[in-house]
Amino acid sequence: MKAAVIVFPGSNCDRDLAVAIETITGTAPAMVWHRDAELPAGLDLIALPGGFSYGDYLRSGAMSARSPVMQAVVAAAAQGRAVLGVCNGFQVLTEAGLLPGALMRNAGLDFVCRDVGLRVENSQTMFTARYDSGEAIRIPVAHHDGNYFADAETLDRLEGEGRVVLRYNESVNGSARDIAGIINETGNVLGLMPHPERLIEAEQGGTDGRRMFEALAAALG
Amino acid sequence: MKARVTITLKPGVLDPQGRAIQNALGGLGFEGIAGVRQGKVIELDLADGTSEASIDAMCSKLLANTVIENYRIELL
Repeated sequence: MKAAVIVFPGSNCDRDLAVAIETITGTAPAMVWHRDAELPAGLDLIALPGGFSYGDYLRSGAMSARSPVMQAVVAAAAQGRAVLGVCNGFQVLTEAGLLPGALMRNAGLDFVCRDVGLRVENSQTMFTARYDSGEAIRIPVAHHDGNYFADAETLDRLEGEGRVVLRYNESVNGSARDIAGIINETGNVLGLMPHPERLIEAEQGGTDGRRMFEALAAALG
Repeated sequence: MKARVTITLKPGVLDPQGRAIQNALGGLGFEGIAGVRQGKVIELDLADGTSEASIDAMCSKLLANTVIENYRIELL
């Protein structure tokens, strides 16, 4: 699997994501600076990391979504390439229009940084095929703007199409219908607020995030 | 020329910051505040003759997220 991690100014989980990808696939991903207008050829996976790109100026992910590399990411997504956005990466994906809705300030206004219980709602995706549908897992979150919002019609469509992939099992940030992660219509773009790359090895306190990368490695070769 | 863009959350979109401000005003003893909504103001210093359509495009492409926000343009 050939992967790239996009690095924005203010990304801070890019190396964690790269280590997770290399640990599972044995191949280090290309680190691509946000100003690059082109992606390396032959990519199977593009990963957008967590962090506070552009200091969350204007809106979380707003500036990054308009950076040169994102045009290439949007084009790659349209060609069916797998795109994974974690935390700030999820915010960037919504701002770029690759995923519907928006991520707003947490309802409690506090920065939430802890392990949270999640339910895998859809295991029929290339990202979650190594989990069971309905399985309860625990993965850390660390965000201020994770309160997912979309209008009722969009939420109903996401639910009806099985595109709510991960849901919080507990109250975390005020997210509509406790949504923690969603996938696009064609099943190749996933955005989630929790950080699976932080739970790859037992030394990190658990391995519930590992299977997401194993599933991608299996699906993408 | 200058333009001022006022960005507000759409009705129905929860505004936890506005609610916190409302609570703080109540804590200061101000009464009768039924609601507070927080928005933002962006002032643009533009080349003379910039069209309103162009400013509108700036708003819809970057300055506002129309999933959650409305915007209003004033030419100053």
